[in-house]
Amino acid sequence: MASIEMKNIVKQYGDGFPAVNDVSLDIADGEFMILVGPSGCGKSTLLRMIVGLEDITSGDMVIGGKRVNDLAPRDRNLSMVFQNYALYPHMTVFENIAFPLRLAKMPDDEVRRRVTEASDVLELKEHLERKPANLSGGQRQRVAMGRAIVRQAEAFLFDEPLSNLDAKLRGQMRTEISRLQRRLGITTVYVTHDQTEAMTLGDRVCVLRKGKIQQVASPRELYEQPVNLFVAGFIGSPPMNFLPATPEGDRLKTPFGDIVLDEKRAAAVAGHELLLVGIRPEYFEDASLVDEAKRPVGSTFRARVDVTEWLGDSQYAYIPYDAPDSIKAQLRDLSKELDSEELRTQAIVSIDATSRIREGRDAEFWLDSRKVHVFDPESGDNLTRDAEAGAELTRLATEDRLEHAQEAQGRDSDARGGATAVSVG
Amino acid sequence: MEWLLEANTAGHKFALMAIAILLFAVVMGGILFAVDRPKRVPTWVVVAGFLGPTLLLLVVGLVYPALSTIRGSFYDKTGDEFIGLDNYARIFTDDGFQRVLLNTALWVVLVPLVTTALGLVYAYLVDRTRFESLAKALVFLPMAISMVGAGVIWRFVYEFRPDQPGVNQIGLLNQLLVLVGIEPQQFLLTAPANTLYLIVVMIWIQAGFAMTVLSAAIKAIPDDVVEAARLDGVGGFQMFRYVTVPSIRPALVVVLTTIAIVTLKVFDVVRTMTGGNFGTSVVANEFYTQAFRQFNFGLGAALAVLLFVLVVPIIAYNVRQLRLSEEIR
Repeated sequence: MASIEMKNIVKQYGDGFPAVNDVSLDIADGEFMILVGPSGCGKSTLLRMIVGLEDITSGDMVIGGKRVNDLAPRDRNLSMVFQNYALYPHMTVFENIAFPLRLAKMPDDEVRRRVTEASDVLELKEHLERKPANLSGGQRQRVAMGRAIVRQAEAFLFDEPLSNLDAKLRGQMRTEISRLQRRLGITTVYVTHDQTEAMTLGDRVCVLRKGKIQQVASPRELYEQPVNLFVAGFIGSPPMNFLPATPEGDRLKTPFGDIVLDEKRAAAVAGHELLLVGIRPEYFEDASLVDEAKRPVGSTFRARVDVTEWLGDSQYAYIPYDAPDSIKAQLRDLSKELDSEELRTQAIVSIDATSRIREGRDAEFWLDSRKVHVFDPESGDNLTRDAEAGAELTRLATEDRLEHAQEAQGRDSDARGGATAVSVG
Repeated sequence: MEWLLEANTAGHKFALMAIAILLFAVVMGGILFAVDRPKRVPTWVVVAGFLGPTLLLLVVGLVYPALSTIRGSFYDKTGDEFIGLDNYARIFTDDGFQRVLLNTALWVVLVPLVTTALGLVYAYLVDRTRFESLAKALVFLPMAISMVGAGVIWRFVYEFRPDQPGVNQIGLLNQLLVLVGIEPQQFLLTAPANTLYLIVVMIWIQAGFAMTVLSAAIKAIPDDVVEAARLDGVGGFQMFRYVTVPSIRPALVVVLTTIAIVTLKVFDVVRTMTGGNFGTSVVANEFYTQAFRQFNFGLGAALAVLLFVLVVPIIAYNVRQLRLSEEIR
């Protein structure tokens, strides 16, 4: 187990295109770090540079205090789980898992012990003598993980390991990976484009865009205090709504009525002509269902509902709005960059499932203005970000992790007793 | 009839054209109508229509000659008198024929093994190098030459001239020997080494085939499997031994058996280079010599049947392996 430090890592391809551009990132020992971003953002390339499958153009890659830029993959002692499992089709499950140990010339009974242990954890016991071709997708994925954990490597690297599984299995495997990582307390770097995985698995999440880091923070900080338009739009599903706004004193004029800002935020946005205000879907509510006590902290407005989607536990309403052409073009560019196809300017709002708001009619909505963010449309910067509050969220998450790791280790050594000493040696 | 064939006036010509178009429409309509209503045609007609021609050709071109050859192998020279297994007995007891069988065995063992090994190593070494396509083209070129052509080329390579003043070697190999001060050799005359020299020619021809098929198989190994192996800690040779070779096992079997079959039937190389003399004859060459030079049809047929019997297990093995590899997938 080791920490991973990256200093000014650059990956430039033959044509001079920088796939990864000046990335500096510290991953603590035992931390679960997620690399996330739309396709082509360089997240997989970065992972492959950590593991040594891709050359590093410049910068330092330090694993466990040792610079590994020039080490071959096998000398870095990392294990990786691939998107397509990458199992050896001619070997049984047992031999697949045992392969790295066999290469290390480990004695037979030790190999057997470790593989059995790993197959217990991953519930592969009854499949050990089968070939990968006869396994289901989820089982193959577990074999790939088995091969990764028997090695007792310095770190685990996952390259979109769940994207070939169906939705239900993906959910199960996600919790399985999380449990395993907590139990083993091993440094993990996990690449995904799925933000559910990013939010649920990571201690910290690194959002990449065109080879550059946008923000590294705990999932909560990313959600509550995004650093710019890109991160705000990428994290969250359905995504954050962006409305054009013009400031007037402590008010923002938007297509959905005026939003009153507190002093601090009003000061931050002063001096700008045109702004984008970002409001998450759940900050809206059907006005008729809002508590009288809550009403004053937000504003109400009337708008025509285009479409509603009722999902049982929640309900979404789509409200079209008008925006200046420059804003429209910018929102279109942003959605394209986020791998989606936003065709019209509309707000997606989350309302209570019991709401009887109907399609094609006007309805009154309430908007919680306490948590809205205001962005500069030109630079994309978040003007109202509270860095301190954000840092506090990440600090809490780190504390949680360390506490958890200590507990897990205590439990582990109690349970295994003397066996730990053998496996460490 | 004449009215249809000779038209002099414009009206007549137009009338003919109309008739022709009508005829075309009727025929096409008939075909389309028939195609549209397949239910009316009994199944056996459809089956016979598709399978009939193939079956007919197979029977006339393959089954009948095969049966006739097997029958002929139990008869004497002229095909008049039934002599039982005498022809076979002679093949297995006569010294000359034993030499032929031994040579064939040598060919069938050496050519596939050496060719596949060479092709595999070559394909592995040039894989993803800068000069890959050129290197592969060079090895593949002999495939384009007919076996007779290759035989002629290599007979020149092995050509011998007596080592006397004023006589220049025209054979490449002997010239090389002379250059380093060794006496020129009669490569094609001295048994049993001459069979090995002939085998070299076959390997030279077939290596391109082995290399091409195996190279394609190596390229089909998923990148991430290779990368996973690198992470698991395999070195250069271990990659070859534990990942590359097992992954392309089905292709290896196909290449080995295909070359084995081609080698069993080898005729052209031997015929053009030594004519089967000097103890180099093989079964296919001997069968030709017996049947069409000595006019000993019974013995020729027996040799042909023997060849057939030897090929069967190789093909059976090949089919079994293909089935197995399909199961893996």
